[in-house]
Amino acid sequence: MALPTLLALLGVLSSFLHPDIESLSHLAQYVLPQTIKNTIFLVVGVGVVTTILGVSLAWLTAVCDFPLRKFFVWALILPMAIPGYVMAFALVGLFEYTGPVQQFLRDAFGSSNAFPDIYSYGGVVMALSLALYPYTYLMVRNAFQTQGLRSLEVGQSLGLSVRESFWRICLPMARPWIAGGTLLVMMETVSDFGTVAIFNYDTLTSAIYKTWFGLYSLPAALQVASVLLIFVVIITLLERRSRASQRFSQTRSSKSVAGRIHLSGMFRWLALLACLLVFSLAFVMPVMRLLYWAVPNMDTELTTQFWAYVAGSTSLSLLAMMMIAGLALLMAFSARTYNSPFAKIVVRISTMGYALPGTVLAVGLFVPVAAIDNALGAMGLSTPLLQGTMVVMLLAYSVRFMAVAFSPLESNLLRITPSIDAASRSLGVSGIKMLAKVHLPMVKGGLLTAMVLVFVDVMKELPITLMTRPFGFNTLAVRIFELSSEGLWERAALPALAIVLVGLIPAFILIRKSDVR
Amino acid sequence: MINRMFNSQAALATFAVISSIILGLLAGCSPSSEPESALGSVESIEMNDALVVYSSRNEHLIRPVFALFTEETGIDVEYATDKAGVLIERIKAEGKNTPADVLITVDAGTLGYAAQQGIFQPLDSADVVERVPAYLRDDKDYWTGLSLRARTIVYSTERVNPEQLSSYQDLGASQWQGRVCLRTSKKVYNQSLVAMLIAEQGEAKAESIVSSWVANLAIPPTSNDTKLMEAILAGQCDVGIINTYYFGRLQEKQENLPLALFWPNQTEEENSGVHVNVAGVGILKHSKNAAQAKRLVEWLVSDSAQALFAGVNKEYPINDSVEINPQVASWGSFKQNPLPLSQAYLLQPAAVKLMDRAGYK
Repeated sequence: MALPTLLALLGVLSSFLHPDIESLSHLAQYVLPQTIKNTIFLVVGVGVVTTILGVSLAWLTAVCDFPLRKFFVWALILPMAIPGYVMAFALVGLFEYTGPVQQFLRDAFGSSNAFPDIYSYGGVVMALSLALYPYTYLMVRNAFQTQGLRSLEVGQSLGLSVRESFWRICLPMARPWIAGGTLLVMMETVSDFGTVAIFNYDTLTSAIYKTWFGLYSLPAALQVASVLLIFVVIITLLERRSRASQRFSQTRSSKSVAGRIHLSGMFRWLALLACLLVFSLAFVMPVMRLLYWAVPNMDTELTTQFWAYVAGSTSLSLLAMMMIAGLALLMAFSARTYNSPFAKIVVRISTMGYALPGTVLAVGLFVPVAAIDNALGAMGLSTPLLQGTMVVMLLAYSVRFMAVAFSPLESNLLRITPSIDAASRSLGVSGIKMLAKVHLPMVKGGLLTAMVLVFVDVMKELPITLMTRPFGFNTLAVRIFELSSEGLWERAALPALAIVLVGLIPAFILIRKSDVR
Repeated sequence: MINRMFNSQAALATFAVISSIILGLLAGCSPSSEPESALGSVESIEMNDALVVYSSRNEHLIRPVFALFTEETGIDVEYATDKAGVLIERIKAEGKNTPADVLITVDAGTLGYAAQQGIFQPLDSADVVERVPAYLRDDKDYWTGLSLRARTIVYSTERVNPEQLSSYQDLGASQWQGRVCLRTSKKVYNQSLVAMLIAEQGEAKAESIVSSWVANLAIPPTSNDTKLMEAILAGQCDVGIINTYYFGRLQEKQENLPLALFWPNQTEEENSGVHVNVAGVGILKHSKNAAQAKRLVEWLVSDSAQALFAGVNKEYPINDSVEINPQVASWGSFKQNPLPLSQAYLLQPAAVKLMDRAGYK
């Protein structure tokens, strides 16, 4: 699995064979200092905000009890289905100077100068955090749920208050999930282009595209991409480091969750308010905005073609979901079985694809695939063998989204102790049987999370789909791109809503399956 | 040890099972989800009649055009859309086996880049030479423009007297201090506008013009042309630079729009005028269908196709003998900048760097 990723990464690094000194020295002097600074600020900002949002919301909905909790359990996942750039467009449309909020302030008070500018660092961090916190939320919730209230009870039996148990037991125990979620968010942030473009906030990824499309220098663009890869390696290493010495071996199925914490009067309402605030900002508001645009354009957009887009998106996401989750499961088990440094490196490499800007990854993969195809053609096999079929598309997806599927599985696997293997062997259950009967049920939660994440991510994916789709095959994301790149946001709203709606289904299933209570 | 070995076999077996499931799914699903295109590609190999177009002009703008072409000629057209830079890399990677015959992009710079990368063959068409003015096609005959996109000044009719306006460079004058809006420099339309300024005024002069624009900005550069016009409507700024079709769309939605277009650089010396860029087309070197591809290109510059190709997006036809959309006509006529567009590619990197130096984000 690491092989195709390696291929793409090597493609990026091989650009150093033809350094474009002229472009690079210009970039180094005028572009890189600012964009590197911006990228660091953005990654840290979004990382911190999503962690706070994700962990606290997960804690509230998994362990506490407050009004409408059951609703928020799944409602808080929904923003995941909204692509980052759609979130950004909706937020900007609402809060910018010409938007309704500031308009209202001007009408009411004569001036809206006190209102913070949405085109700012804070604005970008808010948009990306609202779009990405569900990754952390989903993973950490899975942790809090499976670790059960048991740990809390243990803490209380040791004389700790709920608050102390949270900080000293539950939170440290959830660290692999928190780190995994935050890592995903950070990688997604590094590779984001659409969202930052709406704010005109320049990051390394915008510098890559500018170099490629503006300076016409793909080599220099790829060299900037390697700077970005260094970033990702550092983030990954930091994450590894932070929990290298820890071992996690606790397991209990969620059925053992005893009574929830009943929050006292005021806190109940505060919890409700917090959930409501996040939910309305991250979901209700952008969806309302989309509806507002979509309704008048219903007639133009709701054609038979539209249903073909829906079918294309759904079938593609389902297919990719099964394949990538299967591969990730396989990789996670193999990595666990062969606990060698080599296996670890293979795993690290295969999950790096998530941090590369999508277009760079798409080209990095397409070039070698086309070369192979042409070589096969020269050998007399009919062409095109690989291009324009779903095979290349799915291969590229699995490179891009391996991290998304692997991360939730890996944290869950950490809990399967060697003693469980030993116990199952002593009962005569080993090999495949052990995988199927003992391990698989233990990682079920993680697997479901992985599947939902991949499904929704593939729905939203654009650059790979654009480049490798067969003729005449279109998805909702492609349709949004076509319309929004010409500035036709009003017409792009309906396909965007459809992505959200289709994305709801797996989120719903996930919760039905995982939330017993 | 034995367990280890067994585990490795188990892992292998699992791998085999899972991959066969996946392959089975692929085999089962891909034909069913794309039956038409699978058939289409078989046909195109055997009968060699469907043209394949790679296009960075969006699907909803090319679909009606190709539908008309198929109706008039009986030649089927298949197409894939993506960003121009990506399509060019794709064509290079596919090499001789590329299924594509034709590349359409929406900017002269990328056409020039594609020509320089050696993916086109000469058009060699008397029709094109006759119908398309020389400055709107490649001097080496590798591509031709298909429609004109004019980038001009827009102003608030409530706060600006058009007599105050004269040229692009004048937007840097002190009277516009704090009143100018610009779209981001990352958009190719602004890159080619500045490339034109370099060609016209020289690089040093162009840089001081861009710097003076930046100094006059009322708000940071906007992310698109529509936002720019909304900012003028909301009173954040008074003048800006936009492509005319965005103005056309807003005008269609909102009656009595307090905005108007101004055609700059009309009285200047001979070699100036309103900056125009083109959507354009080239035939690929490795096209297996070059004769039909040429037929498409020649059809695209014909009167009937021109009215539709430019009309669907409120752009200007490449040849002024073609009747234009009445709404577009109502904005008046103007003198175009006669700078050969094949220079855009050569100057665009310099323009991008210049804007970086001038702090134009």
